[in-house]
Amino acid sequence: MSAETPPGAPRAPNAKSGRSAAGPRRPAGAPVAAAEADAGGFTGTVSGNRALAIEEPLLFEQGSRQRCGVDLPDPANFKPRLGGLERKGAIGLPGLSESEVVRHFTRLSQKNYAIDAGLFPLGSCTMKHNPRLNEKMARLPGFADLHPLQPLSTVQGALALMDALAHWLKQLTGMPAIALPPAAGAQGELCGMMVIRAAHDAAGQNARRRVLVPESAHGTNPATAALCGYHVDSIPANARGRVDVAALRAKLGPDVAALMLTNPNTCGLFEPEILDIAAVVHGAGAYFYCDGANFNAIVGKVRPADLGIDVMHFNLHKTFSTPHGGGGPGSGPVALVEALAPFAPLPWVVAGPGGFALREDAVGDAAHTIGRLKAFHGQMGMFVRAYAYMLSHGSDGLRQVAEDAVLSANYLLAALRDTLTPAYDGPCMHECLFDDGGLRAFDVSTLDFAKALIDEGFHPTTIYFPLVVHGAMLVEPTETESKGELDRFIAAVRGLKARLDAGGAERFRTAPHYSPRRRLDETRAARQPVLRWSPPAPREAAE
Amino acid sequence: MTEPRYTSEHEWIRLDSGVATVGISAYAQEQLGDVVYVELPEVGRKVAAGDNMAVVESVKAASEVYAPVAGEVAEVNAALADKPETINEDAEGTGWFVRLKGVDAAAVSALMDADAYKKYVSSLD
Repeated sequence: MSAETPPGAPRAPNAKSGRSAAGPRRPAGAPVAAAEADAGGFTGTVSGNRALAIEEPLLFEQGSRQRCGVDLPDPANFKPRLGGLERKGAIGLPGLSESEVVRHFTRLSQKNYAIDAGLFPLGSCTMKHNPRLNEKMARLPGFADLHPLQPLSTVQGALALMDALAHWLKQLTGMPAIALPPAAGAQGELCGMMVIRAAHDAAGQNARRRVLVPESAHGTNPATAALCGYHVDSIPANARGRVDVAALRAKLGPDVAALMLTNPNTCGLFEPEILDIAAVVHGAGAYFYCDGANFNAIVGKVRPADLGIDVMHFNLHKTFSTPHGGGGPGSGPVALVEALAPFAPLPWVVAGPGGFALREDAVGDAAHTIGRLKAFHGQMGMFVRAYAYMLSHGSDGLRQVAEDAVLSANYLLAALRDTLTPAYDGPCMHECLFDDGGLRAFDVSTLDFAKALIDEGFHPTTIYFPLVVHGAMLVEPTETESKGELDRFIAAVRGLKARLDAGGAERFRTAPHYSPRRRLDETRAARQPVLRWSPPAPREAAE
Repeated sequence: MTEPRYTSEHEWIRLDSGVATVGISAYAQEQLGDVVYVELPEVGRKVAAGDNMAVVESVKAASEVYAPVAGEVAEVNAALADKPETINEDAEGTGWFVRLKGVDAAAVSALMDADAYKKYVSSLD
């Protein structure tokens, strides 16, 4: 994005972080919730806090240069050796006590919504519970305290785990090769498409410059293809939300390098014609890339290789329960068919004379590798967590993961069918999709409804994605939510709709009412972003 | 000034004395919501019909703007960089994106006229 404010640029006059010196705990322009005046004419609280929902200024607003949280001895006289480049002014760090710092970050963490705090019904995200067993295994000193440059003889256990994880991923996909390095899903896509490009180049097929992507695809798919130097051509969906095979056939040609498809697709629907799709793609000499973001719906049920897929990335942080979002790095291993395996990125875990070894150079059978994608070996901590998850579930348990995930989504779809308007007829796979058809009559938008869900204590669903559905709400409950929790979510959605039916639309348009901040001006934040805090001038002068 | 023509991807194009002005339709801006950013092509770039010519980003989505017909970029609406809201306020006027030269007048008149586009849009809801 080029719309960033350069450092040092003047702040927008209406900056949200602007606070008066007199009342630092009560930001201007952020009316407290339920601010109706009582009989005595008072609104809100004196402090701006609402019980445990405490207004939390920035550390820079709380700190003072006159205070210091640590007791450091004055440095003895010394002669700087920076050739006159040493800093002359104050460094500008706030002085704070330890308790102020601890409370600041604790309070911020309490404002954060997380999978450990409640249901995360974001579609296309697979926000499932992160089992504590995974965490315990990842913290075993034999895994947690390794250094990537240790001698191989001292890390045989870690390499054995990487090999075992790859073995499971091979079994689950039916593919013979796994590339472990990619950092997360998008880099997994990049890895897969670079491998495809390398394979075409090696076969003298340099004229293949187009990549076909369904119009409902994750935005990363066309972005990945473009980054690999391909021209992206989109394939329309048919009326049932699936790839239009006739349109696909018409777009295929000798200049097509690959099709990128997600199955189940981003509408939460299985592509029933996937075998035909694979056949026509292969018939045109192109490779079939599958975005594995929705693998949770089919893990243990069907092997992607049996569907004709040549490459698929996994999101260990989706299907295999490793932390997701701000909770940890992702991890995006890639499964490859035999023809693509020689191009896999380095390093490879291979059998060596004294146990496991690493192939780190493009020589011998690795001569065709695309090279390194990432420093060292990938997200080792996530490999441990994902493998712990696999072992604790077993192959039958992983199959039940998919079955229960699909059951949960269909339960939601059935329970909300008469409340919201389903975008497509069910049954769905692991996520269910609604449009705003039932809201438009009330002049309430999908965004308004999502904000109202925040007031009810739920993270909103994915909204306005996929783009092919008007005012989309995409809900993926995952298998780790209980029926009780799903019922609470259903009751909240049904209750909100009942309020709409009873003439309560206005309240939706101004929601949320009970969150720490009311409706944010997302438009202004995007058009005039304030990316840097600077001290308010009058306060600075007074000190 | 000639009447605008429309594409099924919601661009409009108007040909005036050999130069075609292109933007997104009022319907498109309404569907996008508040526009926050636009990416415009370099002047002099040659585009074929259907090529990605620009990007428009709103609070909801980022969308591509396609060239309705082939031509060469003669001018871009640089004012949109600082005031992307112009697209919401006047999509089919001051919110134009690109001016193309060297376009085929017949290709322009082969596109939907306002009535046909109106019918097309009403078929989408």
